[in-house]
This record gives sequence, C-alpha cells and structure tokens, in this order.
Amino acid sequence: MTTLHAPVVAFPPFVSAALRPLPLHPLQFFLSAVLRRIVRQHPRMFERLGHYAGKRYGLAPSDLPFGFVLDTAPVGPGIAVVRSLPAGLDATISGPLQALLGMASGAYDGDALFFSRTIVVEGDIEAVLALRNAIDDAGVDILREGTALLGPLGRLGEALLRHQRRGDTGAGNRKRQGASSWN
Amino acid sequence: MELICPAGTPSSLRTAVDAGADAVYCGFRNETNARNFPGLNFSPEELVEGVAYAHRHGAKVLVAINTFPRAGALELWRKAVDDAVAAGADALILCDIGLMAYTAETYPDIRLHVSVQAAAANPDAIRFYVERFNAKRVVLPRVLSVPEIAAITRATTCEVEVFVFGGLCVMAEGRCSLSSYATGLSPNMNGVCSPASHVAYEEASGTVTSRLGGFTINKFGKGEPAAYPTLCKGRFKTELSTGYIFEDPVSLDAATLLPGLRDAGVKALKIEGRQRSRAYIENVVRSFREALSALEEGRTIPAGMLLSMSEGQSNTLGAYRKTWR
Amino acid sequence: MKLTLGPVLYKWEPGAWRDFYFRIADEAPVDAVCIGEVVCSKRLPFFQDLLPEVMDRLGAAGKEVLLSSLAFVTLERERKQIASLARDADLLVEVNDITALTHMAGRPHTIGPYVNVYNEATLNWLVRNGTRRVCLPPELPASSVGALVKARPDVEVEVWAFGRIPLAISARCYHARLHKLTKDNCQFVCGKDPDGLAADTLDGQAFLAVNGVQTLSSSYANLIENLPDLASMGVASCRLSPQTCDMAAVSEVFRNVADGRLGPDEGRHALDLICDGVSFSNGFLKGAAGARYQTLVAAGSG
Repeated sequence: MTTLHAPVVAFPPFVSAALRPLPLHPLQFFLSAVLRRIVRQHPRMFERLGHYAGKRYGLAPSDLPFGFVLDTAPVGPGIAVVRSLPAGLDATISGPLQALLGMASGAYDGDALFFSRTIVVEGDIEAVLALRNAIDDAGVDILREGTALLGPLGRLGEALLRHQRRGDTGAGNRKRQGASSWN
Repeated sequence: MELICPAGTPSSLRTAVDAGADAVYCGFRNETNARNFPGLNFSPEELVEGVAYAHRHGAKVLVAINTFPRAGALELWRKAVDDAVAAGADALILCDIGLMAYTAETYPDIRLHVSVQAAAANPDAIRFYVERFNAKRVVLPRVLSVPEIAAITRATTCEVEVFVFGGLCVMAEGRCSLSSYATGLSPNMNGVCSPASHVAYEEASGTVTSRLGGFTINKFGKGEPAAYPTLCKGRFKTELSTGYIFEDPVSLDAATLLPGLRDAGVKALKIEGRQRSRAYIENVVRSFREALSALEEGRTIPAGMLLSMSEGQSNTLGAYRKTWR
Repeated sequence: MKLTLGPVLYKWEPGAWRDFYFRIADEAPVDAVCIGEVVCSKRLPFFQDLLPEVMDRLGAAGKEVLLSSLAFVTLERERKQIASLARDADLLVEVNDITALTHMAGRPHTIGPYVNVYNEATLNWLVRNGTRRVCLPPELPASSVGALVKARPDVEVEVWAFGRIPLAISARCYHARLHKLTKDNCQFVCGKDPDGLAADTLDGQAFLAVNGVQTLSSSYANLIENLPDLASMGVASCRLSPQTCDMAAVSEVFRNVADGRLGPDEGRHALDLICDGVSFSNGFLKGAAGARYQTLVAAGSG
C-alpha cells in the first residue's frame, strides 16, 4: 500500500477534452463488472454500511467529462456512468480522479483530502463517512480489482496510474508547525 | 514508553499492529464508545478476532467503553464490559463512576484505565479512581503542560498516558456539551461530537460554508485549508474580534516533545483518530515508531513529518508548551 | 418545588456581588443559595473577605447556604484550596469536581452540575459515599431525569432551570485570549462582561457566551413552562443561575408558577419582560438540540 502525503495530481485538461466524445457504455459495462467482483469478494462491507446501505452517492471526478452514481442497495448494488450527476442523490464527492481512487483504495486519507480541499463533499455527510469507513475496512483496492479483469493491458494501466500518484512527493505542504500558540 | 494506537475497524487494527503499535484501542459498534461514527467499530466477534490477531503479534488491545451510560439503559454498557472481558481485552478504558464500580466488582482482575473523558487532571482526582476502583492507568486531559504532567507522575503511583498526535480537545473532555447544544447529540451520551448527521457543507463561488445543526461554524475562502465543523474549532464573531476564539483547526503533534514526556515519567503515548483511515493509521503509527526508535538511540526527532494528515494542515504542541507560563 | 440560586458564574465587582446577595436574602423567595467561585480560582480573592457577611445575611433570612467548589482543578494551589474547603467547611459543600470528592470520605455533601451523574449506578455509588442532593448536568433529557428520580426517591434531584447553560470548561482562558493577554497576566478582563461575552456565528446569529475559561450558551435556559411536568416527575428543586437581570423578580416568577399562582405561559411572558429580549432554551429537557425552545402553548404565542 502506498501511503503518501503528496498532493494529488489531476489529469491535465486535454485528457478531459480527449475523453469527452467517447461513448459511456463500455465503461459502464466494465465498472459494473468491477463492482460485482468487489461485492463478491468483500461481503462484510455491506454489513458495515449498516442502515446506510441503500444510499445513492454521486462521484464527480473534476478532471473527467463524466461522473458516476453508486447505488449501495444491499440487493443488487450498481454503478452508472453519467455525463452529469442527477438530482436527488444522498451525497456527492468531487475531486480529481486520483484522489477518489486513492481514497477508495486506502492509499489516501479521506479526511486529509478534505482538509486540504482536494475533495469536496456535499449532502448527507454521515452517509459519506459510513461509505468511506466501510470501503476502508474492506481493504478494497479498486485499481487492482479493475485491472484484474483486464489482464496484461490492465496491469500496464495500473502501473501507469500508480506511477502518476507517486509523483511530486513532498511539494506543496504548508509548513505551519507551531503557528498556533497555546494561550 | 508504549505506543497506543487507534483502530476504528478490524483492518485498521491489523494495520496499526503491523506498523508497530504496542497496543491498539477500539470500541464496540454502538453508543458505548466515544467514536460512535457510521461504519466504524467492532462487533463482539470482530473484537475476538482482533484480540487474537494483536496477541499473536505481541500487541495488546484496550477496549474503550468511554461514554456515560444512559439512565435506565445500563445493560448495554455492562454488556460491553462483559463482551470486552470475554474477548480477552487487556484493559478497559472507562469514565463513568457507576460503570467502574460494576467492572471493579465483577471483574477484579481486569486492568482498568481512566479514560480522558473522566478529565482527571490532578493527583487528587487520579487518587480517587485508584483508591476506589483500583485504576492502573489514567489518560490525562489535553490541557496540561509537560511540567504539570511531571508533577502528576511524581505525586501518583498510577501509570500516566498522554496524547501525542491527532485531534485536539481544548475543552476538558467529558465536561463538554457544546455538541449537544447545537445538535442534541453529545460525546458523553451518544459518543459523537459535532456529528456528521448534522453537518452541512455548502459551496458558493469558491467559499465553503460549514454548518452544524443549522449554526454556521466556519467559512473557508478559495484555497484555504478546510476543517470539519467541530464546534470548538469554528470561527465566531465577538465585539473584540472575529476568528478562532477557542482553537484553530489544528492537530496535536508532540513528536518533538517525546524526550520531555519520557523524562516527565509518562508511561504510554496515545495517538488519536479511530475515525481516520488505514492510510492515516499506517503513516502516523510508523512515524511515531520511528520517532521512538530515534529517541532510544539518541537521534533527533524530525518535526512536522505528518503535517498533511492534520486538520487545517497545521499542527500545534497544544497545552504541552503553555505560553502563559 | 424548592428553588436554589446557583453561584454567580461571572466576575462581578465585589460590591455589586455583595449587594446582589443582600438583595437575594431580603427579597428572593429561594430556599437555598450556593456561593463560591466555580469558574476561575483567580477570582476568589476579590470576594473572599465578603463571604462571612454574605453567609450571615443569607442564613439570617432563612436560606440554606451551600459552598460551591471549583469545577476544574489543575493547579497545586487549587488542590489545597479544595482540600481545605472539603475538610473544614461548616456548611454543606457542593462538589463540582471529583477532586473534592476525594477528600469527602463519606461526609455529607451535595453534587453540582459539573460532575457527570448520568445514570442510577453512578447516583447509587455517590449516595453510598455521602451525597445528599444532586444538581444534574444540564444536558440530561427528561427521560434520564425521571429515571434517576425514580431510582433514588430518597435523594433530592435538582435541574438547571434558568440562566445561561454551562457548556464547557477549559484550562485555557478565552477572555484573556480574545484580549491578547496571557492567562497568568489576564488583568481580569472577564470582569468587563458581567453577563458573559457574546460569541455569535459568522452570520450574526447569537450562539455562545464566553466567561473566562468557561463557555456558556447564549440563550438562557428557561424551564418555567416545564415546571408542572418536573414537579410531577418528582424533581425536588430548580436551579436558577444568576444573570445580570433582576434575579429576585425571576425567582418570584418561578415561585408563583411552582405554587400555581401563575400559569406557566404567564410565567414565560413575565420572564420575557424581565430578561428583555434574551432568547430562551429548553431543548435539552426534550432530548433535542439544547439551543431550541419548545413552548407548550399554541405555536406563535409568547
């Protein structure tokens, strides 16, 4: 597990521009398969979600031209790829894809991402915490689950994504140690 | 000095043990513990597994039952004590006098630690818990300076545990109803402070407004580090000034004070954050394990190594170095 | 229903402090009066010399006088002061911190609102160790108050019925901090705010009040409309916490409602006039946010 306190790297804008015209169906098909795999392998995750199971979450990667809707219904959870998030979701989390993936994989601390304003959380905050804690405990590595489905091509993609996350270590940290005196 | 690490979930427990914790502390998935947050904590079965894992790797498990039992509902808290003892917990961390009495009577052999929620801040108060309930350790409130801690360890036979990293209560713990004043839910009764169920964030033209129970707790301008709307770390308006009148949204980081704490006679160092992720646990525990090694070998302890893990991205030495003395 | 006047929580001028208690002795229909410094040990020397005459005057007026102990004890000198209070006081001591309990060793005493009595197990333990009366923590809901009264009908249970609610106590002085002073050299700036210093939200909503190391609610607790319910639950006493408004008049209103000479809604209206626009709260009693006020009379009135 890479545990970094490096700033999260966003995709440059041209990536988003290049992805915009692509159809969403293949991605939708692929992510649904990943989700089914995760649910199969981490049955305790839904138990931990408790009465938050059934909440609908919007995930909005700020550097991609589409978002995701995660439905955590205990019977038949689903994920949908959408051009823009629908109304009526219980909560939304937005931020660079790397941050969202890193949080879901246990590599980034969600609180730290929020404190640094890398991610923005809106709606039912309690539901977001429940999801974050359940995923964190399950030890889901979304990248690995996804790439496992893709075979050798996937492993190449995983290596590239992990490489990007490792970049830029140490820069941008605000050094304010001791700024606050205890008076 | 022992390193006492938080575990909000079974996998955090394993992460903490693997990263070098001497002991982990955790609680049950209900209002009997002070981190009663959604998706966190242990079922009795998970605790049994957690204790087994920790013991296999030479670490201890301390179970926090550190809220004040509700009148007419004592059974839930007593069951938590029973379950923790049955799971093989190495100690119970308690704050309520009635529950301590039950534990000391029913399980005279279990180690009893006085929770920070009891706010025992001087040798007389500590003596009360030692004499009446045979307490073996006290977790000190986060309002004392290093010399004050040294004076306490000199005056008591009880082991002393102090916080070295993480969220910082500036109020005496266990004596604070700020959260229930705004939301109806409190650390003492419900095991939550400024609960997520009552939090709302609203972003408009780059400014994030955080509210708790409808009260505006803070506003963050573009690019300004944000903070969870914990009441005592909000910005408020007085006739004198507007700002963080109680405390900035900072975290405690006492890594550089480890030599002083050791010399003060501190027995155990506690890391806050059962509500934080495995990534946090791994980073913080490993860093403090390294800092303790450095201390043993007489090397310098680096400052600010965990800044990005902190609320407001900013750290403080807290009350350990009081500026009024 | 008894009425108990709590200790003055703010730093009042010594003369004003003495005159306040003289007036209470002469005019306020309260049964018991707590005196002493609960918030900051540095304030005690200002009125220590006035204590005997105030105690005499209150006693002569037929009031039971209790000595309240400090709510949060960290310093050596505070420990000594608590020890001597607990061992040597002729009057009943109101214990506000476990520190004082250490020295009680079974001697009769009362428990103040700063000690965590949340359940019958704790209450039972305390009673076995000499506790005669308990003022419960203000955040307790009616369900807990009722369960505690039922568990120990032999113990007088008191609730926080009027005045700003103590919400937190710290080792750090927020008055000094706001005035950019250190705690050791605070110049007693808390004395500038005899009713607490308002701390509003950034949107200008009244929220909290700062009183040195203590943080209180902006709203005044006000259980006047709940008095009949409290009485039928078996609550023995209501605590009225001194504010700068006319406390003799406040106690008069509580006395009249408790005795049935005034309706609860009329009492509420009378307190509205006495307190001149301060907002009231009773949410804790309902298990809701403490800041809320739920009126019993039809919506929109009062």
